[in-house]
Amino acid sequence: MSGPPALHLAGRATIEGRAIFGPLSLEAPAGEWTCLLGPSGVGKSTVLRLLAGLGDEVLFAGEAAAGDGAPLSGRVALMAQTDLLMPWLDVTANVTLGTRLRGRRAQRDRALEVLEVLDCVGLSSHAAKRPNALSGGQRQRVALARTLMEDRPVVLLDEPFSALDARSRALMQDLSAELLAGRTVLHVTHDTAEAARLGQHVLLMMDGGITSVTPPPGPIPRRYDAPETLDFQGRLLRMLMEPG
Amino acid sequence: MTRPLRIAAATLLGLTIWQAVVILGELPRFILPGPHPVFATLWTSRALIAEHAVVTATEVLLGLGLGAGLGFASAIALAASPIARSLLRPMLVFSQAIPVFALAPILTLWLGYGLWSKVAMALLIIYFPVTSAFFDALMRTPPGWLELARVMNAAPGRLLWRLRVPAAMPGFASGLRLAAVYAPIGAIIGEWVGASQGLGYLMLLANGRAKIDLMFAALIVLAVLTLALHAAVDATCRRLWDG
Repeated sequence: MSGPPALHLAGRATIEGRAIFGPLSLEAPAGEWTCLLGPSGVGKSTVLRLLAGLGDEVLFAGEAAAGDGAPLSGRVALMAQTDLLMPWLDVTANVTLGTRLRGRRAQRDRALEVLEVLDCVGLSSHAAKRPNALSGGQRQRVALARTLMEDRPVVLLDEPFSALDARSRALMQDLSAELLAGRTVLHVTHDTAEAARLGQHVLLMMDGGITSVTPPPGPIPRRYDAPETLDFQGRLLRMLMEPG
Repeated sequence: MTRPLRIAAATLLGLTIWQAVVILGELPRFILPGPHPVFATLWTSRALIAEHAVVTATEVLLGLGLGAGLGFASAIALAASPIARSLLRPMLVFSQAIPVFALAPILTLWLGYGLWSKVAMALLIIYFPVTSAFFDALMRTPPGWLELARVMNAAPGRLLWRLRVPAAMPGFASGLRLAAVYAPIGAIIGEWVGASQGLGYLMLLANGRAKIDLMFAALIVLAVLTLALHAAVDATCRRLWDG
């Protein structure tokens, strides 16, 4: 397979005649991390759902596609706001959910792969536990492991860290930036600090449309207490507070 | 208070109220016997009662097993196929408009006075609650899970068996809990309409011969059987599906 595709969305969306977002256009460059930042209710999640092939409830006039022209279906993994773990499956079974649902035989090397992935997210010793025996941060790490097991070139994140405490959130941001590097990531968030840490590209989505804001140079994740990160965070917040 | 202690206290309170009603109301023994004569009869007639209790328990267990199995299969068929839904669902609702009590004589006519007419009654009375509780749960898979499965390109059959069915098991469990209480009602109605064995039959017989002590003794055994069945089903469901 060639490298991960860029993402492209242009158009307008309505749900039952109510406008969700007006005519807008956004690009998420191939193999890089793009944050889509904006206040609640501005239609960020709808953008993500359209790219994920969901959103049957949305009337969308426009185009949501991969930059290489091939269909997105089968090339996308999704990490939602809640961990969406199945309480009746243990951690290993949750991580391999995709394989189970597609009905391919679980191959032996997949078992090895599961161990590697669980090791990456630091959950090797929890492989046989049920989700209800884990903390919120651990559960979200299982969800990340499940996303990694899917091994898809495009990863869509819908505020996956918003319910975590500050420390778990920062740790998850570090871990995700490390493990999802090289994939096309579109990360919907309402947290300016998160966008300032993770975005190689930051798109500010407001009622008026989308503005691209240039983040400080350097690799991600940026340090949470580095002056340029804090400065950028302040700038993003200012743009949210004082549009125009 | 621990659980056994609470149960003992509640039982004692119940017995006290029962005895008080008998004494204060000056009720004759052929209307409401007190706890003492009833338990005395329960002991002296234990062989007779046990023989009939085994028959009723067999009817109830068979009815519960078959009804639960049939309800499980129907709910899955309904959930899996829109055609089954449009054809079977109205029939299912219509069948509920017929009181099961009214069917008892017909079932006896068709299946005879033996075990199977009672099994059929128990089955019929629990079929709808089990089917409907499980079907509702199957149709209410959390949308987030369904969307995750869709992004993962889940195969339809796999989606049903690996996600929707396990996610709906708590619904099936609540149907089963109801069934555990309803199934004995079905069996007893069946026995009242026509039988030569079972606790329902024994109660009618005792009533006809003015052996009110025996009637109440059979009633107590029936109640204890029902409670035990409910507790067993509840414990099994809890262990399998965490509630």
